[in-house]
Amino acid sequence: MALKIVKGSIDRMFDKNLQDLVRGIRNHKEDEAKYISTCIDEIKQELKQDNIAVKANAVCKLTYLQMLGYDVSWAAFNIVEVMSSSKFTYKRIGYLAASQCFHESTDVIMLTTNQIRKDLSSPNQYDTGVALTGLSCFVTPDLARDLANDIMTLMSHTKPYIRKKAVLIMYKVFLKYPESLRPAFPRLKEKLEDPDPGVQSAAVNVICELARRNPKNYLSLAPLFFKLMTSSTNNWVLIKIIKLFGALTPLEPRLGKKLIEPLTNLIHSTSAMSLLYECVNTVIAVLISLSSGMPNHSASIQVSFSRHAHTFSLKYLGLLAMSKILKTHPKSVQSHKDLILQCLDDKDESIRLRALDLLYGMVSKKNLMEIVKKLMLHVDKAEGTTYRDELLTKIIDICSQSNYQYITNFEWYISILVELTRLEGTRHGHLIASQMLDVAIRVKAIRAFAVAQMATLLDNAHLLTGNTQRNGICEVLYAAAWICGEFSEHLEEPMVTLEAMLRPKVATLPGHIQAVYVQNAAKLFATVLRGHEGVPADSMVAQETSQLLIDRLPLFVQSSNLEVQERASCILQLVKYIQKLQQKDVEVAEEVTALFAGELNPVAPKAQKKVPVPEGLDLDVWINEPPSGSESEDEGRKSKGKAVFAKEESRHTKPRYTEVDEKELAKRREVRKAEQANNPFYIKASPSSQKVRRDGVGVEHIPVVQIDLSVPLKVPGMPMSDQYVKLEEERRERNKADKKKKKDKKKREKGEKGRRRRGDSGPESEEDITPAHMVDIVTEEMPEVGIYTWSLPHWTFSLPLSESTARHLNPCLFPSQKSSTHKKKKQKKEKKKKKHHHNHSDGAGDESVQNGTVEEEEPLPVSNQSPFTLSINPCPLCQIPVCDIQGNLQDGSQVVVSVIFENKCDSFIKSMEFNVLDSLNSKLQRPDGAGPHDGLIVPFQLPPGISNEARFIFSVQNIVMPQKLKGTLTFIVKTDDSSTHEKLDFKLHFTCTSYLITTPCYSDAYSKLLESGDLKGCSLKLEGVNQPFHHLLARICFHHHFSVVERIDSCASMYSRSIQGHHMCLLVKTADQTVSIDAKCDEPGLLGNVLDEIKLTFSQC
Amino acid sequence: MQFMLLFSRQGKLRLQKWYVPLSDKERKKISRDLVQTILARKPKMCSFLEWRDLKIVYKRYASLYFCCAVEDQDNELITLEIIHRYVELLDKYFGSVCELDIIFNFEKAYFILDEFLLGGEAQETSKKNVLKAIEQADLLQEAIEQADLLQEVRLLTDP
Repeated sequence: MALKIVKGSIDRMFDKNLQDLVRGIRNHKEDEAKYISTCIDEIKQELKQDNIAVKANAVCKLTYLQMLGYDVSWAAFNIVEVMSSSKFTYKRIGYLAASQCFHESTDVIMLTTNQIRKDLSSPNQYDTGVALTGLSCFVTPDLARDLANDIMTLMSHTKPYIRKKAVLIMYKVFLKYPESLRPAFPRLKEKLEDPDPGVQSAAVNVICELARRNPKNYLSLAPLFFKLMTSSTNNWVLIKIIKLFGALTPLEPRLGKKLIEPLTNLIHSTSAMSLLYECVNTVIAVLISLSSGMPNHSASIQVSFSRHAHTFSLKYLGLLAMSKILKTHPKSVQSHKDLILQCLDDKDESIRLRALDLLYGMVSKKNLMEIVKKLMLHVDKAEGTTYRDELLTKIIDICSQSNYQYITNFEWYISILVELTRLEGTRHGHLIASQMLDVAIRVKAIRAFAVAQMATLLDNAHLLTGNTQRNGICEVLYAAAWICGEFSEHLEEPMVTLEAMLRPKVATLPGHIQAVYVQNAAKLFATVLRGHEGVPADSMVAQETSQLLIDRLPLFVQSSNLEVQERASCILQLVKYIQKLQQKDVEVAEEVTALFAGELNPVAPKAQKKVPVPEGLDLDVWINEPPSGSESEDEGRKSKGKAVFAKEESRHTKPRYTEVDEKELAKRREVRKAEQANNPFYIKASPSSQKVRRDGVGVEHIPVVQIDLSVPLKVPGMPMSDQYVKLEEERRERNKADKKKKKDKKKREKGEKGRRRRGDSGPESEEDITPAHMVDIVTEEMPEVGIYTWSLPHWTFSLPLSESTARHLNPCLFPSQKSSTHKKKKQKKEKKKKKHHHNHSDGAGDESVQNGTVEEEEPLPVSNQSPFTLSINPCPLCQIPVCDIQGNLQDGSQVVVSVIFENKCDSFIKSMEFNVLDSLNSKLQRPDGAGPHDGLIVPFQLPPGISNEARFIFSVQNIVMPQKLKGTLTFIVKTDDSSTHEKLDFKLHFTCTSYLITTPCYSDAYSKLLESGDLKGCSLKLEGVNQPFHHLLARICFHHHFSVVERIDSCASMYSRSIQGHHMCLLVKTADQTVSIDAKCDEPGLLGNVLDEIKLTFSQC
Repeated sequence: MQFMLLFSRQGKLRLQKWYVPLSDKERKKISRDLVQTILARKPKMCSFLEWRDLKIVYKRYASLYFCCAVEDQDNELITLEIIHRYVELLDKYFGSVCELDIIFNFEKAYFILDEFLLGGEAQETSKKNVLKAIEQADLLQEAIEQADLLQEVRLLTDP
């Protein structure tokens, strides 16, 4: 023996230790992989030795290699060996290796349960310490369940060093095994007042983390935390508490009012930035929850923040906080505009993106141009398409928000859009296009300008389509072509544009764009004809135009895109016909123009509703009586159909449609929709179908604002939006001057009384800025999509509209709607919130019982630590210490029994066979082909001191009665020189409780259940129970798998379900140490047995 | 905190601590991603970035990057302080720590981290207490090693 040890230590001297390994790796930079593979071979040899020191050294090296990314999972068992060494030195390394290498699917973890339990109860606090630390990294639900009690005991350990760790690790245990929270919570709460500050802060940590996941249950702790907050000086603890309050205030606004003062004190007094930040965050949360703003406080935040926002890394956090403030107090953020604009110049993309978010909420009529100008500069500078795309969408978002509320000059906006088309490789061509369409259609005054711009775009189309095929920007041409065609009367040189649209290069554009090109070429053609007809000298021009079309269109007729082909061939034939007429000197212009007559006006999607139904028009009445023979009609119609021929019957039939209920209607609607969907001739309802072409009559009524620009509208080439900024300023100056004049006049009239309220030198207020153009059709209800989708803009519907329908409202803008994207986001958020809320309401039943429900994880489907009673014959060799019976949710007749086998002797145990004597009711499920008395082979062997878990499935027919099954375990004990066959008898006790599954139940469902009258009652009285009521409830929940539905004072209703779906309801009342339980269940036998078991639980304590 | 990574300027991982159970594959992917993202950032950029649904807080000390992943609601600044505190602890323990100390005594670096953080939460805010615990555990380890050595010597001297 002695020699062996000495030999081991000599070996050790020659082995590589960790330092050697590291050095070796550094020296073999070229062939690292090869070197490491030889090292791993060495390690494998070392692991085979008996000497634990050698093994530990090997494991330590493996841990290092694991970090370098090598797979060491094969050594998991060796790690467990080193963990179970009695010496701290090796144990420490073993646990470190385990915490680094193990994860939930590591199968040897279940072998460690008992080792960890032993270490937890070790007299040496450092043994316990490493075990706890290790466990915190690899705790699994099984470990959590098995060790929860041991850790709970450690929470009251004499040494604060252990208490602290035990408290912290409980959080991990709660996450893995939520059921442990109830019994552990009282002790955890106690630790908030632990004399040791470390333990106290650990408890604060854990409770804060729990509360963040489910704040509602922790409201009652608020006073305690408030006390801690005002007394504690530890910043780490303070931050946690303040964060907790941040989570609680939305639930309890009164708390917020109380918090404001201490928080502002902290803000002003603390020098720790992290604490300050936390305070500010919570104050913001408080301000949001108190809908009535407290301007002075928000001002104080502002001060403190702008003080620090200059320092470099805090910028980001400052912006983050500001975006929160912005939601409720936009005014106070606006004053920091310059600071935020500066942030756009920051090198860091995340800071820039945050700043962009803020800008969205900050724009006003006054500063929009300035801000967008700044953004445009950034677009030019920006590298990286993602950021540039982000900028682009932000610019459009900012401008189009609230129905273009902040845009005063649409020429400027169009030029911005045109400038944006110069971006290469952007994905948002479609967005720009839809904006162009939207503006050109809705702002009538801008059309001439827009058309001119679009014509330039078309002329320079080669710049846009440029090099790459996947260039998204060519979408813009779609808008350009349509605008030029539709509003061609504004074109100065339609011929040029027409020529540009028919260039051969167009054929490389995507199909849908070509289609629009072709269609609009026809519109332009009509315009050209109209312009040149009647003047004899020009008839040549008209004929040339026709010839141009006839020359160019065949290219499109050959297109592979059906839409393009179809339109092109239609128009080609038309033009050929026209050419013939032209040659005969027939005037055709008027007729051709008539093809495209009428103007497209945008109409709000709900406008249709506002059309009054003409008197006497009943859309539900048949225009013609339906044909009699149609078999597919429903009953009512049939009888009506018959009535046409046989009037005497009609008396009995009730009036049709009035009795058709909603359901039936919905059904019919579905059928109709399906029919329509399959009918190729039916134009499906879409927002565009509601747009209506009006006859020219209404157009005059539209208030058109004269553009008072002194410069020519047509800007050659690509316009620079900048000049509009200047112009806008001038315009405003002029407006102001005009106003001032008026004012002065008034003043003079009023004499001395009319004191000037606004100083002329002061900044102009929002209202003073009058927009240069109006958005024409504005509605209370913008369409869901926000931007009209013009799939095929030339499809028209004629529908008489009364004046009230197309609401050309007074020329002011309605700020009611937000842009669609924004709205969508909001909806998403709401959904999220709802989800959260849902989570809360799940826990609502429990929360009044005790402040300790964890909702953060899905509760384990079944988690029964059932009091499995064992009657084991004393056997020195093998033990079955814990057994766990679980109902199987999927199958109402299955129960899973997990058995942990532990080898307590010094010999190796193998060939274990588990057998149970089946009863009529319960049977062990054996593999197919096995006889009813065959045992099941346990799929592992047990080295000395090791335990492992096996699961067996039982089928149970009747769950009403508790059961005891007799069983035997046979196994072979193998020692060095001999092996013996041994046998162990045991009894399995299936309690009725183990058939119950904790199922949450809502109180309304619960009361419905009770009202249904299907349940039979039974009651139970327990005397001399002197534990607090919530303990008692927790006990029933924990041991008997009930959940609390509702609790009022000393009375609570509880619910559980059996695996076969029996409902079980309890009403627990307590008074003077007497507990009465009224129970109801649809299976009285089961109920009686469960009550007996409950009684037993309480008699044991 | 979800995890902590230490890596060098060359992108070599020096220490990793995971407080959430993840498979080796996921861990490798995450650390590769993050190391790349962070190394690509310029020195004047802020210490926080949003990554997937987590917030990454990192700081560079000499040639080593310390990087933590925290959840959305967590305080970035206190995470920075945790990083700093850990660096201070390493510094105190090794005496002006350098990257090599952590490479060659990587198990010690883990022990210190484990005394300071547990399950991703700060367990001891006092530097003194952390170092005291480490020293005592080290003493215990030395005592055991010495006893082993003595035993071996005794076995060698009187057979």
